[in-house]
Amino acid sequence: MTNKVIGTGSAKSRAGSRLKDYAGLLPFLAFTGLFLIYPTLSVLIGAFLDPKGKWDLSAIRNLFSDPVTKNAFANSMQISFTTAISGAILGGLFAWALVSGKKEGFFYRFSVALSSVLAQFGGVMLTFAFLATFGFNGLVSGYAVKHFPNSFLSNSSWLYELNGLSVVYTFFQIPLMVIVFLPTIQNLRPQWREASDSLGGGMLEFWLRIGIPVLTPSFAGAALLLFVNSFSAYATAQTLVNVSSLLTPLQIGAALTSEVGGANPSEAKALSLLMVAVVTVAMFLYSLLRKKVSKWESTR
Amino acid sequence: MKISKLGKVALVAAVSASLALPTLTSASAASKFATATSASQAGGLAGLAAECKKEGTLNVIALPHYWANYGDMIDGFKATYGVKVDEANPEGSSQEEIDAAIANKGTNRSPDVFDIGIAVADKYKGTGTFAPYKVRNWNYLDFTSLSPTGEFTPNYTGTMTIGYDGSLGTITKLDDLFKPIFKGKVTLNGDPNVSSAGLNGVFMINKALGGTFSDVTPAINWFKKLKAAGNFVLVNPTEATIASGQTPVVIDNGYISAGIAKKFAAAGKTWKMFTPAAVGSTYNSAISAWAPHPACARLWMEYTLGEAGAKVWSTGGATPTLWTWLLKTKRAPAAGIAAIGKSKVQASKATADESTAAKAQLKTAWATL
Amino acid sequence: MKRTWKVKTWRLFIITVVGLYLILPLYSMFDFSTKPFTYFEKGRTLSAWKMIPKQPDLAISLIRSLTMAAIVMALILVVIVPTIVWIELRLPKLRRPMELLCLIPLAIPAIVIVVGIAPIYRWLSINVTESPIALAWVYAVLILPYTYRSLAASLAANDIHTLAEAAQTLGSSVPRMMAGIIMPTLRTGILNGSFIAIALVLGEFTISNILNYKTFQVVIAQIGRTNGNVAVAVSLASILLVLAILLIIPNSKRQKEVLDVDVA
Repeated sequence: MTNKVIGTGSAKSRAGSRLKDYAGLLPFLAFTGLFLIYPTLSVLIGAFLDPKGKWDLSAIRNLFSDPVTKNAFANSMQISFTTAISGAILGGLFAWALVSGKKEGFFYRFSVALSSVLAQFGGVMLTFAFLATFGFNGLVSGYAVKHFPNSFLSNSSWLYELNGLSVVYTFFQIPLMVIVFLPTIQNLRPQWREASDSLGGGMLEFWLRIGIPVLTPSFAGAALLLFVNSFSAYATAQTLVNVSSLLTPLQIGAALTSEVGGANPSEAKALSLLMVAVVTVAMFLYSLLRKKVSKWESTR
Repeated sequence: MKISKLGKVALVAAVSASLALPTLTSASAASKFATATSASQAGGLAGLAAECKKEGTLNVIALPHYWANYGDMIDGFKATYGVKVDEANPEGSSQEEIDAAIANKGTNRSPDVFDIGIAVADKYKGTGTFAPYKVRNWNYLDFTSLSPTGEFTPNYTGTMTIGYDGSLGTITKLDDLFKPIFKGKVTLNGDPNVSSAGLNGVFMINKALGGTFSDVTPAINWFKKLKAAGNFVLVNPTEATIASGQTPVVIDNGYISAGIAKKFAAAGKTWKMFTPAAVGSTYNSAISAWAPHPACARLWMEYTLGEAGAKVWSTGGATPTLWTWLLKTKRAPAAGIAAIGKSKVQASKATADESTAAKAQLKTAWATL
Repeated sequence: MKRTWKVKTWRLFIITVVGLYLILPLYSMFDFSTKPFTYFEKGRTLSAWKMIPKQPDLAISLIRSLTMAAIVMALILVVIVPTIVWIELRLPKLRRPMELLCLIPLAIPAIVIVVGIAPIYRWLSINVTESPIALAWVYAVLILPYTYRSLAASLAANDIHTLAEAAQTLGSSVPRMMAGIIMPTLRTGILNGSFIAIALVLGEFTISNILNYKTFQVVIAQIGRTNGNVAVAVSLASILLVLAILLIIPNSKRQKEVLDVDVA
């Protein structure tokens, strides 16, 4: 099959090559099967079991009846949506700014490396960094109190609310966006150079014919990743806010770690099932969007 | 299919890389040390020490160094018996300690000993999780009736307090916290639904307001009011945020505040404490039934519950369960008396049932504070 | 030219705003880490930073985590990227299921994943090895969401179908085509995906902490227990170190070498 042209071939060899096509997935499936699919399934099945291992739907039923759970879920959706949008826009713009500069220059390389590190930065130290900057007596808020006593920066209470958490999350969403969006925008670079070299009408034509169709799927895909990224973020929120029912991942954490008699692994697993369901739905919406875009592209 | 061949090569390479390091054999062979319920069954303290030296390491979990002087306790144990102490997940909760033992059962990384609150200790009592063991001082300890078989041993008690930066003035009554100077500065260590320090903080405020352990409505209303005033913030205080000044008022265990006070003093600042009502909690030590280092685990029990341990607890602001006896026999260390006082701390404690009742109230109330 | 001037201004504006957003909190950390924490010190001090190199476990844990990063890199280049390209070329129907599968590690918080993973590592520890290097496998799973996305971005921007057809018409074998033609085309995607993978492996804390494996971040957290200033200093130092490691890797020539090595 090594000399066969991709995507063609006689009908006779079709079935055999199909099988071979699927066989190509084996190495990947071998390790994800053991280290991803098996643990995920074992967690998700746990949502339907009581602590003694008997079938029990009460944890699932609780998801839909408990107002605290509903509230946490709504908050989680809200913060994930806002930070996916803010991170995607700011990160996308930053990626554009990087690409319009000198490629492979030090600043470019430095930014890519820094973004990779900061996209993974979170937890107690990220919380500390923001508290020390915008919290009471912090670097920026302290300065604001002295020089701009009436600005919003001088009163730090916003940091401890959901909005404050959004601001903290955006800190790791921006660099993540930069990393995953750069490849797209970089490949567009020569074309838009051409387009901007030509007259103004060329620019519009460029965006309609190349820019939007190429960027939209990638942008949406990246935004989806950002959404999921903040949807499941735990350590940062856990160290900034003392309310375990604020967000779904915090509720999961409480159900797993509570030392005052609130530990309930089935609840944690049921909530995880809910999260996987949300990601699946988001994924479905995203593939619908992609289909729309490719249709739109073909009618152009 | 050359691709899958390449893949196989990669798999083999990665597997062999992860195998390259020598395989360790489990040291926890069924010995008399793993089943000993007292030092006398294990050759006395000397027998335990000799065997522990052979084991070489003690696995502890969820022991922050700033917590009840645990830093000194670990250093003291290391120095006395010449073994390493492997410290896992220092910020973990009591529940996570047990979970880690179950998740790592049979490996050398499984914790040897636990330091757990009463809710978790009660939950796992009689489940085969703990190896019963009575230290030599067993008969002199307080509260041993909680676990007559010695599955776990009450080890030290802490009282809750409000610790604060001395430069903010002096707090003499609970209402002082409503003053404008405390705007955005009052914090509680943990969500009371999750952390026992958080729950006991609520109990302390509640008791000071005349409430009982089973109904925490007065405390809930108080926190609500303090939050509405902008003084109470729902942020988790850490050592770093206290040192850098973002969380200068912290409702937490007294033995944590005592540690902060020491650090503040070293920096030429003062950290004060205000205790509106005496509410405490006792932490319990237990040996894992499948401890990979059974002799070290038992030796650790003897050490922390012995006189050396009592000195470390008391100087760190925690009351050892050996304290009553030490005072009675006039063996209490002077430094400890200076730190926690002579009288046995008569702090009231919530029972497991009362905690459950309070938690039911807090579940919705805390979400809408 | 007016347009160029406008672009330049916008560029500067965006870089400044986003740059401040990212740098200010890090500067606050630095600021605090150099504040004196004993009575005897005046002004600025590097005491907290000076405690870092004295830690005996630090070097070995860093080597461990770097080894894991290398294994994960190998898996990315030899298994993950070829599989994603393979699906793009041969099994396009599986694209969405694959993307969903690659998102799952991120959909479930790490504290829950560890519940499912723990029995596997328990088995490995008892029967095979207790070496922390074995975590490389779970890390290779955790990086999937990021690696997949940056690779997909590259795939979307390049027409690899035409490339593949051309290569095969000319008689190139599948591995040769994959390593010699397609992977270099997707270089930015592969590189960015690998970068974030390395950063993840060197930055991972939750899973190794709960399973009690002494990885780089676990040791960093242990050092930080001495006091608040040191905790902040080591955390910042670990960011700088990973940054330095990532800066050493990329350099156009070496990138090519890395990607071309598999041709042979």
